[in-house]
Amino acid sequence: MRRWAAFLLRLYVAAACVCLLAPILIVVILAFSGEGYLHFPPASLSLQWFARFFGDLQWQHALMSSLLIGAIACLVSTTVGFFAAYAFLRAEFRGKKLLLSLMLTPIIVPSIITAIAMYYLAGRLGLIGNFLWLGLCHAVIAMPIVLLILLAALHAVDPNLERAALGLGGSRLRVFYRIVLPLALPGILSAALFAFLASFDELLISLFLAGVRAQTLPVRIWNSLNLQVEPTIAAVSAFLIGVTTLILAADGILRHRRGRRRQTAG
Amino acid sequence: MTGSIASPWTGSPAAAKAPRDPTPLLLLPGIAMLVLMFLVPMVLFFVRTFMEFQGGTAAFLAQARSLLFSQPYLTALATTNWIALIVTLAVLLVGYPIAYYLTTATGPSFSLVVLSIVLPYFTSIIVRTFSWMVLLGEHGLVNDTLRAIGVISEPLPLMYNRLGVLIGMSYVLLPYMVLTLYAAMRGIDTSLVRAAEGLGASGFYTFRRVYFPLSLHGVLSGALIVYILSIGYFITPALMGGQHDIMVAMLIDRELEVAVDWPSAALMSLSLLVVTLALYAIYYRVTDVRRLIGAR
Repeated sequence: MRRWAAFLLRLYVAAACVCLLAPILIVVILAFSGEGYLHFPPASLSLQWFARFFGDLQWQHALMSSLLIGAIACLVSTTVGFFAAYAFLRAEFRGKKLLLSLMLTPIIVPSIITAIAMYYLAGRLGLIGNFLWLGLCHAVIAMPIVLLILLAALHAVDPNLERAALGLGGSRLRVFYRIVLPLALPGILSAALFAFLASFDELLISLFLAGVRAQTLPVRIWNSLNLQVEPTIAAVSAFLIGVTTLILAADGILRHRRGRRRQTAG
Repeated sequence: MTGSIASPWTGSPAAAKAPRDPTPLLLLPGIAMLVLMFLVPMVLFFVRTFMEFQGGTAAFLAQARSLLFSQPYLTALATTNWIALIVTLAVLLVGYPIAYYLTTATGPSFSLVVLSIVLPYFTSIIVRTFSWMVLLGEHGLVNDTLRAIGVISEPLPLMYNRLGVLIGMSYVLLPYMVLTLYAAMRGIDTSLVRAAEGLGASGFYTFRRVYFPLSLHGVLSGALIVYILSIGYFITPALMGGQHDIMVAMLIDRELEVAVDWPSAALMSLSLLVVTLALYAIYYRVTDVRRLIGAR
């Protein structure tokens, strides 16, 4: 009886995992289709849709916009988020939990409302289509993610090491640069990767604020999904899935290194 | 259950001893960014839109009332809550066994299941929605397969209707549920389950009376977060829904894009925002906000 239950559970979970991964794998396979329309399974394979993606000036421009905006968002949110995470872990002050939950509201508030509010302000300031501004807006969305990842990651860094360095006469700044930062680095890199991803995949804020100039990849996908589905989208999607996979793999490696450090420290 | 949450909210002894600790100042850049880039636009959007309304307070209140009791808005409200409810129940039912399995699995099978959850989780929502559009379309994989094996002769309407919205949204929100449940279940003391079994309780009885009550905390957190994210949803229903699946977020967008009616958009946004924040306040009371995105 019990063995049957365990077997059924395994079977169910296996089926669920297939359903979870299948849509993503199918899009990746479709991206290599040799046919002129989206049909699965494709009768022949080719790189034609990737060639069209990377050869098209508009798609190229969207890719560059996405990369640039993602880099700005990543840099800003990781810096700001790291300082905040460090303060949350090491400092003693009242209302800590409440402040943290307030700083996380950007992931709770419906993106359509955030996007419209940001659009309203950007419109007034004449900043529609401004790369730097869009990057900063994305940083607002990415910062809570950085904060959460770093709160989990920095948890393992032993505060006694900082105490020892301070006790040995290091200045706060020096201790920060020589002790805190190096120990936190794998966590910071993980957080930075996910911050980049949050911006790279963001749609609604970009949709409202991009104007014509700063259209990102998700905006271009959205536009063509609303008009007519062309197979190039499969290639762009596969590219985005590839970026996600790479970032998850890099995070896995960083996590592994963090685990090793924890062992040597403990 | 609460044992795993009790990790240090208290600072280090070093910070406590130092008389003037400058560390809290490190919060300032983050707070400044949120205030300037998030709070100010939000407040400005609401306040200015309401202030610029022509015709005075009485006329404004009259329009607010007629809008919030109008048929399209009430329909969208009902649709939104109905979809959010079904999606929450669906991902709970589908996700609960997966999360439970994760607490028992080790080695490669654990990694494989985690990958199946995390890869979709971090894939762009628009890409995930697109992949379901490919699967569920009239000539999509599901319809083609069913026709090929002779189950159906005409393609089933799987998309541009309520079913498509439910499938697409459940797929996008399932990882939140699984990761939240897993975090809660990992903290359950399994010796209680073994004790119940040792005392002769059947497997199902043990689950119903011991394990499930212990996991309720995670169920509540997961249901809340999925419900909160569902009611504000836009992308998936906009792409996969039909004309009867207008959710509040889509109505807000339509009010701006089609009617260019800022006061109406602001009013509906405000009502959606208030509900969202109220639910978030409950979430804050019942769970640990640090688990919001299932960060381990």
